[in-house]
Amino acid sequence: MRSLKPILLIEDDDVDAMTVKRALKELKVTNRLVHKTNGEEGLNHLNNANGKNPCVILLDLNMPKMGGIEFLRITKADEELRKIPVIVLTTSRSEQDKVESFDLSVAGYIVKPTDYTKFVDAIKTVDLYWTLSELPTNGG
Amino acid sequence: MPRAKPILLLEDDIVDASTITQTVEDLKVKNELIHRTDGELGLEYLKDPSHKKPGLILLDLNMPKVNGIEFLRAIKSDRELRKIPVVVLTVSKYEKDKFDTFGLGVAGYVVKPVDYDTFLESMNTVIQYWMWNDLVDQERQERKVENAKL
Repeated sequence: MRSLKPILLIEDDDVDAMTVKRALKELKVTNRLVHKTNGEEGLNHLNNANGKNPCVILLDLNMPKMGGIEFLRITKADEELRKIPVIVLTTSRSEQDKVESFDLSVAGYIVKPTDYTKFVDAIKTVDLYWTLSELPTNGG
Repeated sequence: MPRAKPILLLEDDIVDASTITQTVEDLKVKNELIHRTDGELGLEYLKDPSHKKPGLILLDLNMPKVNGIEFLRAIKSDRELRKIPVVVLTVSKYEKDKFDTFGLGVAGYVVKPVDYDTFLESMNTVIQYWMWNDLVDQERQERKVENAKL
């Protein structure tokens, strides 16, 4: 990633979270990974970050307590938090989930490949893109 | 994948527009690239119901009539158009431009490189990323074509 700020991963599935960690490590992505297991925890983390916001958020959709769409509704209504790019990483191929996510200005919607090699490819592409793309220093 | 939607490029600089068109061609992108030269013409294109809605918008910031920021404000306040991801492609490194555009929900901010090879590499990264999003489609390098060249 272009920024040295942490990556926030919001994912309830332990295996999926481990896979993301493993892929980032394999790709030598040095940003710290902060892992929260649902939207509510993610939101609490952001509200207590004291300006130390993540550079990007990797967001699962189907989670207990607070799902991804509700998390997006809240963060995208916040003047500061809305500037952080959110990339949806999900197993959902539902067109409605995709449309709703883009309606809430997500910066990407990637369906998680089940195959590990392909999964690493996806994360590699995400890393390259967010290394190329500039980010706002204050809001991000 | 469903039939690829077009990509809308809003760019007033003729040289930059032809460079971007060339990279898209070199990268064998299947999507049609529609080019308009300012934000006003971009909005006109998007608001015409007879036009195919793009899957992705590549947006320059400094343009006459309606500039990039004004264009973003207009589409992000429209219930339908706000769903189209917008990638900023600009020469501007101004912090304020990054701050404002991310505040308006852009899905990327790429500073245009000067030399062609770097430009091609940057565009490749952009294309690969949006391919994972299923919004860009690329022609596969077919063995037959490779063999024909030999």
